Amino acid sequence: MNPPAPMAALAIGRAPAPCSWVGFRTLLYKESLRFWKVSFQTIVAPILTGVLYLLVFGHIFDTRVEPFAGVHYSSFLIPGLVMMSILQNSFANSSSSLIQSKIMGNLVFLLLPPLSALQLFCAYVLASVLRGLAVGLGVFAVTVWFAPATFVAPLWIAVFAVAGAAMLAAVGLIAGIVSEKFDQLAAFQNFLIVPATFLSGVFYSVHGLAPFWQAFSRANPFFYIIDGFRYGFFAQSDVSPWLSLAVVAASCGAVCAVALTMLRRGYKLRT
Amino acid sequence: MSIAAIEARALTKRYAQVTALDAVDLTIVQGEFFGLLGPNGAGKTTLISIIAGLARASSGRVRVMGHDVTDDYRAARRSLGVVPQELVFDPFFTVREMLRIQSGYFGLAHNDAWIDEVMVNLDLVDKADVNMRALSGGMKRRVLVAQALVHRPPVIVLDEPTAGVDVELRQGLWQFMRRLNRDGHTIVLTTHYLEEAQQMCSRIAMLKAGRILALENTRDLLRRIAGVQVALRLRGDLPPVLREQVIERYPEHVVLRLSHPREVGAALEACRHFGSDVEELEVAPADLEDVFLQVMSEAPRRSAS
Repeated sequence: MNPPAPMAALAIGRAPAPCSWVGFRTLLYKESLRFWKVSFQTIVAPILTGVLYLLVFGHIFDTRVEPFAGVHYSSFLIPGLVMMSILQNSFANSSSSLIQSKIMGNLVFLLLPPLSALQLFCAYVLASVLRGLAVGLGVFAVTVWFAPATFVAPLWIAVFAVAGAAMLAAVGLIAGIVSEKFDQLAAFQNFLIVPATFLSGVFYSVHGLAPFWQAFSRANPFFYIIDGFRYGFFAQSDVSPWLSLAVVAASCGAVCAVALTMLRRGYKLRT
Repeated sequence: MSIAAIEARALTKRYAQVTALDAVDLTIVQGEFFGLLGPNGAGKTTLISIIAGLARASSGRVRVMGHDVTDDYRAARRSLGVVPQELVFDPFFTVREMLRIQSGYFGLAHNDAWIDEVMVNLDLVDKADVNMRALSGGMKRRVLVAQALVHRPPVIVLDEPTAGVDVELRQGLWQFMRRLNRDGHTIVLTTHYLEEAQQMCSRIAMLKAGRILALENTRDLLRRIAGVQVALRLRGDLPPVLREQVIERYPEHVVLRLSHPREVGAALEACRHFGSDVEELEVAPADLEDVFLQVMSEAPRRSAS
């Protein structure tokens, strides 16, 4: 090590006044930088997956299925794929960041500073929303070349995109907090998130389903996210966008409250 | 009286059936270099975790620089820098990014001058733009120390900072910590290297099974518990009156433990009286390791600060 520097330089109490807004901003920056540094894996790969879905399903169903009157299957599918990508990637971001920090042990760097539960929550959720939206925009930007697109009500598109991303970011936080190992988190992903997105009307209109499966779909909050989001593109949907908005707002509020309470209590984070 | 750097009152932590800390009372005054010793599982890390807010006490209170660690956690955490025991790091970032981020978490946005100074002192300048993953264990340990210092905390806690660290880094680290201590920082250290604690710490607490068994000024503790060791080579037998004090026996000599240096004269007198001439005599200073073993072998009893 180097010879000691001048003593006065190390005197305590000369630190500039701390600002808690900086803490939140720094965590948001760090969480965003984390996925951005590996964007090939966190953004480009899910975009490719979305495009593959469109190519395969579009090729099979374009000439056979017309989910909404006058709407091509591929055009119908694109908003579904965009939203599915948003949901899955928002979830993946917060949940994987948290479990990695827990397993690597570097979560301690977040637990030692004077960050509040709300700051932790907002930073994790916002960074995950950013990743979800980045992937969603990417999927849209690539798939839109394969089928005509319409934007009848852009505000609905924006509202459901952000609300859906925030909801799944909060679910990801809960999963990351509850899980102690990667395989537990994978179980969340494989047995909850993937089935819930696949059975929510990403690939089909629930109107074409048998009554039991229609009722089953309507019990799934993800259905309302996708249906409301699609309304923004076609002004057609399986249920009223207002009903979707109400369900999504309530579901999002509930999972956010659970995640925030867990953080406040230090559940599985502070022993 | 000035505010204590760390003040624990009746601090208890229970995990299911295990009592990790049992009504610990401890006051560490500002400017101390304090040692926390004890075998594995004694409760050292639990105590540090509660002070740092990483764990929550089952009952009792802790204050850091007068700030309660739960009710006033922001001020308490700003006053505290913790170097964790585990060699943890974030593989996504470089050393400089890591230090800037950690500084930001403490609410300090423009802190580069201080970060540079900490890096100079810990010899990290060459590694500033290297990813954490590429650093050796010793370098990672230095970054952990740097991270604990980014917000210039008045109280610094090091949880076994020299475990698995090479001699050069260990000495450099202690030199740096001594300087921080001279500049007014309170340093709290847990270590398994008793020699280190003896050299560095002005006061020592010994923990066992969640209780403080000894809490004293290092020199007094050494004097009170270990006394002095006297190696004697005699022409003749050891007088029976000294047999109880024998701690080691060799073909040529014996080692006695006397509770105070003034007993040396009496012991020599006893030998002379018995007709055994002293051919060689060596008085060794007290050793913290002896104290440690002696305290740990005693039945746990509670001791207040």
